[in-house]
Amino acid sequence: MSEKIPVTVLTGYLGAGKTTLLNRILTEPHGKKFAVIVNEFGEIGIDNDLVVDADEEVFEMNNGCICCTVRGDLIRIIEGLMKRKGKFDAIIVETTGLADPAPVAQTFFVDQDVQDATRLDAVVTVVDAKWLKDRLKDAPEAKNQIAFADVIILNKTDLVSEGELKEVEAQIRAINPYAKLHRTQRSAVSIADVMDRNAFDLDRILDIEPDFLEEGHHHHHDEEMQSVSFRIPGDVDPEKFMPWVQDLTQREGPNILRCKGILAFKNEPKRFVFQGVHMILDGDVQRDWKPDEKRESKIVFIGRNLDRDAIEKGFLATAA
Amino acid sequence: MSTFTPTRPPESLSKNVAPIDAGAHVLGAAFLGGTAALALVDGRILLLDEDGAVSEAVAHPDSGALVCAADGRRLVTGGDDGRVVATSAGGEIETLGDEKGKWIDAVACGPDGAVAWSAGKSVKARDGKGRVKQWTPPSSVRGLVFAAKGYRLAVAHNNGASLWFPNTDAKPDLLEWKGSHLDVMWSPNGRFVVTSMQENQLHGWGLPEKQHMRMSGYPAKTRSMSWSHDGLWLATSGADAVIVWPFQGEKGPMGKAPRECGVRPAKVSAVAFHPKALVVAAGYEDGCVLLCRMTDASELLVRPADQAGGAISALAWDSGGRRLLFGSREGAAGLLTLPV
Repeated sequence: MSEKIPVTVLTGYLGAGKTTLLNRILTEPHGKKFAVIVNEFGEIGIDNDLVVDADEEVFEMNNGCICCTVRGDLIRIIEGLMKRKGKFDAIIVETTGLADPAPVAQTFFVDQDVQDATRLDAVVTVVDAKWLKDRLKDAPEAKNQIAFADVIILNKTDLVSEGELKEVEAQIRAINPYAKLHRTQRSAVSIADVMDRNAFDLDRILDIEPDFLEEGHHHHHDEEMQSVSFRIPGDVDPEKFMPWVQDLTQREGPNILRCKGILAFKNEPKRFVFQGVHMILDGDVQRDWKPDEKRESKIVFIGRNLDRDAIEKGFLATAA
Repeated sequence: MSTFTPTRPPESLSKNVAPIDAGAHVLGAAFLGGTAALALVDGRILLLDEDGAVSEAVAHPDSGALVCAADGRRLVTGGDDGRVVATSAGGEIETLGDEKGKWIDAVACGPDGAVAWSAGKSVKARDGKGRVKQWTPPSSVRGLVFAAKGYRLAVAHNNGASLWFPNTDAKPDLLEWKGSHLDVMWSPNGRFVVTSMQENQLHGWGLPEKQHMRMSGYPAKTRSMSWSHDGLWLATSGADAVIVWPFQGEKGPMGKAPRECGVRPAKVSAVAFHPKALVVAAGYEDGCVLLCRMTDASELLVRPADQAGGAISALAWDSGGRRLLFGSREGAAGLLTLPV
């Protein structure tokens, strides 16, 4: 089986600096060849040999799962790209500013042919430090893009004061405390910070502690979108946990954008890790718990109007 | 009924196969008169004349081919250069359409030199005289096929398929079924339209009543389908055997079980019915090629499994049913000449 091609998804609201970041990635002297799938074809020059025009056609899978939407055009384009194997090392998918990242991400879990050929590496979201505050008020897509991100590029930091910057970061963290956040100007970020992140690789879900526990942060709450995380200082019973998490994601799937967990299953020497996008869950046992490591179970959900108390109660009840 | 009389298995025909080194993923195979033609993803067309002489035409220079179809006279390819190109047995190349760099997603050949292609949401039909008609379906197109008779096209798209008469202004007739439809087939008698779907199943419509038919149970997507010479059977890929659906009578396969032949521990990736007998050629994802006779389930080996060669991606019989051309994703190919 040949190596799977990594796919990076670039999202961000209109004008945040996505295309600048894309061109930066493409022109850095990394010796890699990319296939780039873009939407606003021809509007802004993309400096790359292999640029494919996409239609962002989202459709529902006919499998009874109402939030299981995929990008049909992406399936078709990746099928075509795979015929040109060897011409590129990685794929970058740039979405439009108004796009919901979920169908893009789900495409990589739902379609077998896509899954056989590629792996989703990370969702990278570019946000505009000056205008994010307004977008969070008037654009639900902007919130989705932040909630979904594995890496957030907080761009145009030169256009705001340090105080405003802290405020914007707090707003981002209220929605998604788990993404890696980079402050940039003109999308200047090291390529290693956005590519080859393996964010969807179960082996790389090493920790789910928030990345934001720096000093001086005051806590912010977004009324609609939030993250909740819970911990059990010990083992959980897989016979209770699996039905619970499956039932929760089936019922609340449309509201749950991303979830992750590292669990200690009773009588299991290895860590169980899982992650999910809406109703789609992926989980497996990973490495052994180290002798000096405390066996504990942690989960995090990022989503819309999550019932914090119900999730907590449900999770705590799965303790072994 | 047939010039084809296989002996009992485990007979192998592999000594009757002339290997061809295609050198690139084989997209499609066809016979143009007596000339065997292979369309390759790197944009080349490989042509083998009846004396075995090999020549090459470059249909898509500096780019690649994505889809192909043939009408017995010309091999038509659509490329990622946005061009639709016809290549003749003699290697002459004619550009039939140019979508300015948009990927060509589907092509089909029809009666009297007609060709159709799609790019995104645009479908174009070009008749034998070169007149081009255009239609924009509700969503982008994955599959195209002409009716056996008349200038009519079936177009597979999201949430169904549409039947379009390019020469009339009438609204195309929508065959509705939720989901994403990929490839499309039209039965030779015009009574059935069948699509393969994203959800590892087929959907069919009986015409003109638009009666629904669901054909499911595949472990993978069906990406290759072929009608038997009498039009009464549809062979399909996507399972560890060729799944052959019966299309006798008004209800097609409804309430009937499909036949399975060529059961092996590998998925079928390409199928092609013999043009004169109830024999189906099956290509597998492990590179194996078998001939299966439906009347007695006997099998003949054309090519043994060979992982390095990759999945069989193209199969075609000549019009007399004497020769079978095949090719794989890794560039292996061969020409079987059946013993007389």
